[in-house]
Amino acid sequence: MLFLQFTILSFVAVTATAVVLTRDPAKQAIGISFYGLVMALMFFIFQAPDVALSQIVIGAVALPLMILLALTKIRRHEDEQRAKHKEKKAA
Amino acid sequence: MSFFPYVVAAWLFVIGLYGMVTSRNFVHLVICLAVLQSSTYVLLLSIGYRVGGTAPIFAGVPVGTPAVDPVVQALMLTDIVVEATVVALLLALVLQLQKHADTLDPDKLKALEG
Amino acid sequence: MKRRGRMIFFLLSAAAFAGVYLWGLRGLPAVGHYRGPYGDVLNRVATYERHVTDIVTAVNFDYRGFDTLGEEFILFMSVIGGSVLLRRQREEEKSEHRDDNLADESPERQAPEPSDATRVLTLALVGPLVVFGLYIVAHGQLTPGGGFQGGVILATAPLLVYLAGDLKKFKQITSHTLVEVGEAVGAGGYLAIGLAGLILGGSYLRNVAALGTTGTINSGGTIALISLATGLEVAAGFVLLLYAFLEQTLEIQLRGEK
Repeated sequence: MLFLQFTILSFVAVTATAVVLTRDPAKQAIGISFYGLVMALMFFIFQAPDVALSQIVIGAVALPLMILLALTKIRRHEDEQRAKHKEKKAA
Repeated sequence: MSFFPYVVAAWLFVIGLYGMVTSRNFVHLVICLAVLQSSTYVLLLSIGYRVGGTAPIFAGVPVGTPAVDPVVQALMLTDIVVEATVVALLLALVLQLQKHADTLDPDKLKALEG
Repeated sequence: MKRRGRMIFFLLSAAAFAGVYLWGLRGLPAVGHYRGPYGDVLNRVATYERHVTDIVTAVNFDYRGFDTLGEEFILFMSVIGGSVLLRRQREEEKSEHRDDNLADESPERQAPEPSDATRVLTLALVGPLVVFGLYIVAHGQLTPGGGFQGGVILATAPLLVYLAGDLKKFKQITSHTLVEVGEAVGAGGYLAIGLAGLILGGSYLRNVAALGTTGTINSGGTIALISLATGLEVAAGFVLLLYAFLEQTLEIQLRGEK
């Protein structure tokens, strides 16, 4: 097996471990975007250009976008709940 | 050393599963599921690879040149797009869960209340 | 079971699983020495049989077309499920006047206006992005591409408009009804092309259109048509998902709020 394949596979393993061990979802969204790019590079090196095209668009754009939108909604909902509790306590 | 891709595939599977089991936040759990799915891509890719082979596209390349396997690439291609929509569906579920149960921690979810 | 007990149980079973997994993979040929016959047969005959040069697209839409039909419908159902889950519920209301400037909310949640650089760049890229997406969809049978990749690229064009403006402009350019109709036409089109194969050729999804010349866009018969239908369906599906998420995040709020 060639040196290039070996390097990119180890890079994939290390990046996946980093993504899993990041506990904060907002930071993980950036991590999964980078992981998608590394996976697309791996697909190129293993002679699969069709799959790499798919992975670039999905892994770098669509997935982090939906994660960040969900996180925004969660934080906004938490703020609304906190404001409601404060109103109830003041009343 | 030509066994190394299979080891990487097994490692990705196990680390994704570890993240899901020890997760304290549902959004973190969904992202670990995406990592777990990528282990199947590594496995399929390494099954179809041929040393010295080129991509299975023959535009301008004569038909006899050795190329890698196109069938596993077709399987992976649709899978990636479907994975994104399934992650979106799971995130919608997480949003509704947070509205009704007010928490994002899997350990704090109480049992079904009758 | 306590957390610590769960951890130990998981580590033991994960180690056992990894051991069995790797032991089972030992029987496969070493990576790089691909032995199986089907890949080689397809690489040799697909160009003569179907007049296409991209074998992966031919496998996707012709040789294994039935599996791709199933996958496309998984996508369809996920989009339906996501839109249903993100609907406005009984105790929520949709604020019509709120755009994401949020002038009457607390200052730290006020989203800043997009800068001029962002606006110029995103609007300048919308046109080339649409053309590029259509190019990838149309040339799927010649070079790497096809319905799935081109559809996702097309779906990011309305997103650029949202980044340059606000939710109101995004809603103005993507009429919800039109996108829904587009998705239905795409999914139904795949089914209808299969039925045409059944009526004219004797088996479902048979390639019955004229095969054309290798190396031009007009090649592949039904592969090109199915690729177009899939591109339409994937693009419309992603735009619908984006629409539902954006509306849920920016407009829907609990009843009784300002």
